[in-house]
Amino acid sequence: MLGYLDHAATTPMRPAAVEAMLPWLGERFGNPSGGHRVAQAARKAIDDARDVVADCLGCAPREVVFTSGGTEGDNLAIFGARNPVCGATEHHAVLHAVERERGRIVPVHPDGRIRAEAIPGDAGLVSVILANNEVGTVNALPAVPDGAVLHTDAVQAVTWLDVADAARAADLVTVTGHKIGGPQGTGALVVRGRAALTPLVVGGGQEQERRSGTHDVAGIVGFAAALRACTDTRDETVERVRKLRDRLADGLLASIPGVTESGTRDTKVAGICSLLIEDIESEALLFLLDEAGICATAASSCASGALEPSHVLAAMGVPRDLAKGSLRLSLGWCSTDADVDLALDVIPAAVARLRERS
Amino acid sequence: MKVLCAMSGGVDSSVAAAMLRDEGHDVTGVTLKLWGGPSDAGCCSVADVDDARRVAQQLDLHHVVFSFADEFARGVVEPYVRAHAEGRTPNPCIECNRTIKFDVLLRRAEQLGFDAIATGHHARSVDGGLWRGADRDKDQSYVLHMLDAARLRRVLLPVGALTKDEVRARAAALGLRTSSKPDSQEVCFLPGGGRDRAAMVTSTPGVVVEDGVTVGAVPAVELVTIGQRRGLGLRGGADPRYVLDVDVPARTVTIGPLDALLTDVVRVEDATWVDGVAPTGEVLAQCSAHGRVTPARYESGVVTFAEPVRKVAPGQSVVLYDGDRVLGGGVAA
Repeated sequence: MLGYLDHAATTPMRPAAVEAMLPWLGERFGNPSGGHRVAQAARKAIDDARDVVADCLGCAPREVVFTSGGTEGDNLAIFGARNPVCGATEHHAVLHAVERERGRIVPVHPDGRIRAEAIPGDAGLVSVILANNEVGTVNALPAVPDGAVLHTDAVQAVTWLDVADAARAADLVTVTGHKIGGPQGTGALVVRGRAALTPLVVGGGQEQERRSGTHDVAGIVGFAAALRACTDTRDETVERVRKLRDRLADGLLASIPGVTESGTRDTKVAGICSLLIEDIESEALLFLLDEAGICATAASSCASGALEPSHVLAAMGVPRDLAKGSLRLSLGWCSTDADVDLALDVIPAAVARLRERS
Repeated sequence: MKVLCAMSGGVDSSVAAAMLRDEGHDVTGVTLKLWGGPSDAGCCSVADVDDARRVAQQLDLHHVVFSFADEFARGVVEPYVRAHAEGRTPNPCIECNRTIKFDVLLRRAEQLGFDAIATGHHARSVDGGLWRGADRDKDQSYVLHMLDAARLRRVLLPVGALTKDEVRARAAALGLRTSSKPDSQEVCFLPGGGRDRAAMVTSTPGVVVEDGVTVGAVPAVELVTIGQRRGLGLRGGADPRYVLDVDVPARTVTIGPLDALLTDVVRVEDATWVDGVAPTGEVLAQCSAHGRVTPARYESGVVTFAEPVRKVAPGQSVVLYDGDRVLGGGVAA
């Protein structure tokens, strides 16, 4: 039995994405930047994909820059920006980019959300995560100072929210393929109107000089197909998964003493169940869960694979001792009742065992 | 048995894991992340975790990383800094074994349902007893002396039966990427050696005194060790001079000739004994990781050597043996 509850890390490919990619991993090929018919066929594939992405994200096709994923999108949005500012609960792809640009990282409300009054008046770019990757909290995008550019990292939001609407105020929107059932290494940055970009990669001038390098045709096609499928089925997915998540969270809250949810559930996306479990260490719990077939995580991982204390929970004011017992269970487009059943069976027993033997 | 094998990314623990697997144990590899920061050197660097993980993959073992950074800071680094501040000479590897590998990790392993933990130390753990490793030059029983019988029954040291050459030959035969990796030398949290240590420990300039006369100066009294000969700012010419005493509050290092350094007695503190019972009478004593073994007598906290030895720096461990069997030991007062 396998209960995969780490969809916020990555989620299985949607059949539509696989189907769209397969020809480009086989008989079809071509460099979209070329002039001949083989190249032009590849060009049509990415132009069609761009139309799909634009439609799903509520922007013009020319406003879509294909990237290698969320980190690149966040970096591309922020590098070169004047006075970038972000909240302390952002993803590291934003935090480290803001730090490198000598920008400012401002405190957030204990619910994990940034408040407009926390944003300094001289900010040149404000970056606000649309749905937090660790606790799932959804931000209402704040008003930004006159002349400032608003960027949102919507990587975790796309499965659950209509980003075309939720991020309509943003000048820059980062999305990625692999969180929505597309291939890893794909994504896009939406660039509206006045936002000026400093390219991270220069060369052949693809993507209107904003992102050079030969297009990953299979990846782009797969990403667009996943986004189409995600968008078209979103309402039913959200409704179905929210029920699963609520059953999971309520079940664990009822069966494990000393457990609380981090953040409040009605401010979260439908797929995230984020818990703080007293008197256990996440590392030990995750080991037992993995043994029992439950794939989950605590917060975020460093390159060595060791768990680092969560900067998000710290920014929300969760004491370090309690944050050591954090558990993120994240559901996705293909989560089932069986996943939840297994988790409800395994997790309370594992917690009890750790507490008994500590 | 279900065994959790600590894999540092070095050759010894790689072979330990392979041997246990080949003996039919259900082995999980664990690499400990002990020291924070972006360091890519030392014992818990990303590169070493990579090596450990790749070896585990090759051996088809499950591999996990546990972070004990808080425990390591509290149990190893802070006492290390404190000991230097008091002019003592700490052995952080022993404290890591005492407080991390054979305490926090052992308890974690029990919590997770493992029957035993294993490491790549060169020593032998047999029926609750601890013996020197087969390779005398690589023997590490000294740094494991704090283990008691109850712990030893849950600790496997498979490479203790091999020489280092045999370990490397086995690693090569298995095609392990760690087979020719050099032995680690530095203190893991001080990859830059003395430079890192100087940055971590408060430095108080002091005077070097012989027979009440100031003869030299040192930049950091805290980093001077008893028995030390170099770095004392002395003019050359005279017979060798050795540090006899370090007095941090008085900012004074006292030196003298070799015969003044010799002693036949050392008092040990915080002693632990493998069998839980302090020995009395004839023993063998070892006072540094690869130091000489000297016949001695032990009576209630005092080791009396059969022949004069160089004074043992306070903070160093004194380990007592009966032949090749570890009796236990403590810290030189």
